[in-house]
Amino acid sequence: MTSFFLNGKPVTVDDDASTPLLWVIRDSLGLTGTKFGCGMALCGACTVHLEGAAIRSCVAPLSRASGKHVTTIEGLSLDFSHPLQRAWIEVDVPQCGYCQSGQIMSAAVLLRENPKPTDKDIDEAMSGNICRCGTYSRIRRAIHRASELAIEKRPS
Amino acid sequence: MNHLDDPGKSSLLGSDSSPALGTKTSRVPRRDFLKTSAAIGGGLCFAAYVPELAARALNNSPANDLSFAPNAFVRIAPDDSVTIIANHSERGQGSYTSLPMLLNEELEADWSKIRVEAAPVDAAYNHTVFGLQMTGGSTTTPSEWERFRKMGAMARLMLVDAAAQKWGVPASQCHVEKGAVIHGASGRKANYGSLVTAASQLKPPADIPLKDPKQFTLIGKPTRRLDTPSKINGTAQFGLDVRLPGMLVALVARPPVFGGKLVNFDASEALKIKGVRAVEQVPSGVAVVADRFWPAKLGRDKLKISWDEGDNAKLSTSQMLADFSKQSASPGAVARKTGDAVAALASAAKIITAEYDVPYLAHAMMEPLNCVVDLHSDSCEIWTGTQFETVDRANAAQVAGLSPEKVQIHTTLLGGGFGRRANPVSDFVVEAVHVAKIAKAPVKVVWTREDDLAGGWYRPMWHDRFVAGLDAAGNPVAWTHTIVGQSIAQGTLFAQYMINKEGVDSTSVEGAADILYGIPNLQVDLHTPKIGVPVQWWRSVGHSHTGFSVESFFDEVAHAGGKDPYELRRQLLANQPRMRAVLNLAAEKAGWRKPLRPERGRGIATHFSFDSYVAQVVEASVEKDGTVRVHRVVCVVDCGRVVNPDIVKAQMEGGIIFGLTAALKTEITLENGRVQQKNFHDYQMLRMFESPEIEVHIVPSELSPTGVGEPSVPPVAPALTNAIFAATGKRVRRLPIRAADLVAGSGAKS
Repeated sequence: MTSFFLNGKPVTVDDDASTPLLWVIRDSLGLTGTKFGCGMALCGACTVHLEGAAIRSCVAPLSRASGKHVTTIEGLSLDFSHPLQRAWIEVDVPQCGYCQSGQIMSAAVLLRENPKPTDKDIDEAMSGNICRCGTYSRIRRAIHRASELAIEKRPS
Repeated sequence: MNHLDDPGKSSLLGSDSSPALGTKTSRVPRRDFLKTSAAIGGGLCFAAYVPELAARALNNSPANDLSFAPNAFVRIAPDDSVTIIANHSERGQGSYTSLPMLLNEELEADWSKIRVEAAPVDAAYNHTVFGLQMTGGSTTTPSEWERFRKMGAMARLMLVDAAAQKWGVPASQCHVEKGAVIHGASGRKANYGSLVTAASQLKPPADIPLKDPKQFTLIGKPTRRLDTPSKINGTAQFGLDVRLPGMLVALVARPPVFGGKLVNFDASEALKIKGVRAVEQVPSGVAVVADRFWPAKLGRDKLKISWDEGDNAKLSTSQMLADFSKQSASPGAVARKTGDAVAALASAAKIITAEYDVPYLAHAMMEPLNCVVDLHSDSCEIWTGTQFETVDRANAAQVAGLSPEKVQIHTTLLGGGFGRRANPVSDFVVEAVHVAKIAKAPVKVVWTREDDLAGGWYRPMWHDRFVAGLDAAGNPVAWTHTIVGQSIAQGTLFAQYMINKEGVDSTSVEGAADILYGIPNLQVDLHTPKIGVPVQWWRSVGHSHTGFSVESFFDEVAHAGGKDPYELRRQLLANQPRMRAVLNLAAEKAGWRKPLRPERGRGIATHFSFDSYVAQVVEASVEKDGTVRVHRVVCVVDCGRVVNPDIVKAQMEGGIIFGLTAALKTEITLENGRVQQKNFHDYQMLRMFESPEIEVHIVPSELSPTGVGEPSVPPVAPALTNAIFAATGKRVRRLPIRAADLVAGSGAKS
């Protein structure tokens, strides 16, 4: 048995401790917003936050999450209140949408650490996430827009 | 929902197990593809589209539902919500937004009340040209442009009639606005939801006039996608996300060589993995069925399998490259002959020749293939992201031993498609039905990325050999093009529609046999080697190679004749006003004649595909180590009337990244019959840091809408390699572009 916090709630699972966190989240806990793309930490579709850091859950064993906080796309906000989600809607980023959970989770860490990223910062933070539909230019625009929205939101 | 229970409908359209109707569509298909109704796959029926019949394929609403469902495409509920039934799957191209826009242009419901539902499999949902339920060929809008507006207009007319009768006023005195019927003179107003019962009692109107396009309020306006919210909070349901009670998960170990056969296997270690339920042979290999994905994966890793690899174990793409080149030296089956190219070459002042190569390519959708099947003795329910419902249902029914109407397909969202999910033999669906037979429970078959890349059904490998003759003024007077590569249609149900008497598969020569340039003597011919690698349509199909080879060689011709590549294109497009306009605008927006930074080069290319006209200008540079940097892409498209300009732009942007990935990154190679690429480390995708600035311009048009999903792919590779030539003097004649060919002093020919 392994226990951890998923989107703030305590969960306990009986998967083997070596099972990748991705499959624990998807198959055992039923949250399917986190995606399987490669299984080798090459595409970023499975990106989640572990104690606030972006990790590739397809190669992170369950044991790594034991007792810790894991946040998935469902935990970012279901009601589209997060500046990234608002910007993603404004720019209409997704096409097929399959990679977008991972893109947003990577972008969330970038914006937290760097509220006003440059294009180069975005390149560095986002190049681990593949989008086969080719939405990169819109992702870039949406991150800049989310940065503005987040700054507007803050009390002066 | 089972429309097949409706006897009225099946007597008109024929049930799906009836013989072919033999009717012809009145519209001319753009490709020689499924021109007529025909029987395939054991009595599968392709019915032609007749709007009145679609109108009668009624009752798309669940039992006991009080909704008004005037036809198969729309349902209005008492709470004013409007459900639009989409018969083209959503794989990112925006069908779940553009189809509702078409329908609601006429219905004029409150846009915020629109929901979208995937259509079940039914002849009422067949493609209006191809005659089967499918998504592909960049044809969603062309197929539905008229039908969806008619279906919306039909609903509106009936709602207006219902209100007019209720109020005892002439319908002509009523109008609609944002989901309500209004009688201006009396100020009476009724929401659509309040009229559903009355409207359901009315007969559909015989005459359904459509708006004058000048009155459009939705079509042509940038409109946000309806599917975006679900794709950014984790709630969007892709095939891989489907979960059924008691569902098991399976992986299949497939042969390491195409066409290999199982000799025997030892499952003893696999069965020791906790959660593995069964390991059994299926026609495609050995299936490992487990409680969840991970034990299935671990179990499959533990299998010991012996395969009879067969003849394909000798396949090698480097050998094929040499064979193809040799074959291209002699002419093949003629696909186009204008004038006398051979004679014109003999008298030309200057002759240039070149050979081009492109590799096999995998679709590599971000969502790996998967399929959920719940099989019972008298029914089969399937959940998958597919582009090919009619074909999948017929193929699944055969394997399940059921009639097609006993097979239901729930089309989920597709995490990318690019053609792979329209498989002529429904490989990933059929295999899952076989697995369901041994699983004896609902089961989801999942492909890993490695399975996907090694799984075949690639864009074919192609070799193109050109000879051009120039006159003394440097103008091309003769052009011969010999193409070598596998046919996509050969050996499939589609061969009879796509391969002509001379043996020419139309998709092998599209973009080459129909080039728009006015060259007086032109010959295009084709060799079609048979090779045991399964091949398939891949975003832009034949155009994905002819765009590159034709537009690159055209650039060579221009330089050989001392002409500006843009000016020569302009000159030879004198009789092609739409392409010429697109080309001119691309050159203008890109600043064709403006000086560039010294290390940069500019390349231009045009390509006509899927009835759309595209021109692109790429700015690129090459670093000392041969690394290519793509700085800017200007893209101009004329795709007829635009439904949603923002989606058109997104498709152009996406197609450009897709095409650049093929130009710069990807190839599938085989040695000893084995695919060499495993995952995204050796089959690399373009990433954010390599993604250029993209500028899209749409030429306004009042002509019928044409393709959008694919036409931006073909021109980007040649525009890039032409830019590399402009920057370095090095001509790239094989893809993907190799840094080693571009380092200073390397031997690439110019």
